[in-house]
Amino acid sequence: MHEMSIAEGIRGVIEDSARANSFDRVTRVRLEIGRFAGVETDALEFAFDVVMRGSVAEGAELQIIDLPGKALCYDCAEIVEIEHRLDPCPKCGGGKLLAQGGEEMRIKDMEVL
Amino acid sequence: MCTVCGCGGHSVEDQFRAHLEKTGKAPGNGSGAPFAVLAQAGGGGAHAHSHDHAHNHAHDHGHAHHHHHDHGDFHLGQGPAGTEVPGMSQERLIEIETDILSKNNNFAGRNRAELAQKSIFATNLVSSPGSGKTTLLCRTIEMLGDVPLAVIEGDQQTTNDADRIRATGAQAIQVNTGKGCHLDGRMVETALERLKMPEGALLFIENVGNLVCPAAFDLGEDAKVAILSVTEGEDKPLKYPDMFAAAGLAILNKVDLAPHCDVDLDLYEANIKRVNPAIEVLRVSARTGEGMQAWLDWLRAGLARKGAK
Repeated sequence: MHEMSIAEGIRGVIEDSARANSFDRVTRVRLEIGRFAGVETDALEFAFDVVMRGSVAEGAELQIIDLPGKALCYDCAEIVEIEHRLDPCPKCGGGKLLAQGGEEMRIKDMEVL
Repeated sequence: MCTVCGCGGHSVEDQFRAHLEKTGKAPGNGSGAPFAVLAQAGGGGAHAHSHDHAHNHAHDHGHAHHHHHDHGDFHLGQGPAGTEVPGMSQERLIEIETDILSKNNNFAGRNRAELAQKSIFATNLVSSPGSGKTTLLCRTIEMLGDVPLAVIEGDQQTTNDADRIRATGAQAIQVNTGKGCHLDGRMVETALERLKMPEGALLFIENVGNLVCPAAFDLGEDAKVAILSVTEGEDKPLKYPDMFAAAGLAILNKVDLAPHCDVDLDLYEANIKRVNPAIEVLRVSARTGEGMQAWLDWLRAGLARKGAK
């Protein structure tokens, strides 16, 4: 969803950082994106290339680190890793799970010149 | 709230503890407890974490690091970048660790602080287009009588919705997002500057009709209210789970139409709760007034909580 807005958010953070840390080229950006963040990786890669044009990060390599989706199972009271929001609990098969992580959308770090 | 793991306050741990107590399972009896906080560590306000605390080290690269209680401590990540990643040179690596939506979150935080200062209870109404948000709001405003309130209307185009709200006598401001598919924190900040809201008022933010994007954009509201009309299909919460996961209340609207469209209201509710076990669900018809009282009670309770800060 809204990968373009996300790419614009990334550009904003990079430009702030370029001013604060005095660099003028970014060669690599690493993001951490949770499984439940609703971000389509392909769409984000496309949006990233488009939005970074004319910025210090034009042509930068984008690396996306997948963070697992975690949920609390109301039936067995365990925190489990699940692939999709609606997956049943892999331990007990219960269907009532509350997401506990996996909604992250962070810029982790970047390599600059 | 603990800034390391987010526990404490109105967190899921509290909800989960309440759930355990309600279902007769004793919290904190050892290995099964998913949160260290449920172990009820002694020593007053202190709470124990069983998970690793976040460091600026990159944990996933296999280099050894020691926690600072160890003797013979050494710390990686002391270089200019504050971290160390194999294959990346320290001088050229800049640790960011910033939420991509941090700018929006800053606006939302400012909005939230301003609303708290004025004891204003703010709801962010989210739904597909056509679920009946504006009709629900008009009816709500009529029934609330003299409770001070204001409405921020988000749409791509037209002032139709704000005009409908103003026709009830309430203060409303239209935000046209143009091509935008959601309201963001800055738009709401601008709208708040233009609205003159008294203390102890209700603020309704009617988001752009879209069940996807508005889920990710915090506006500074107290709660997202997801509205779903009975003609949309029982499986809609399963098709668009992010929004229902983010909402604190779901309103199943247009229930007066239920007999005409062969829908199973219990299945609607079950699917909403499958996505978000902690959500409250109200069955409402803004047209007939059915269930409206429970919605007004929910709003008044929220307002009372804000006033009692």
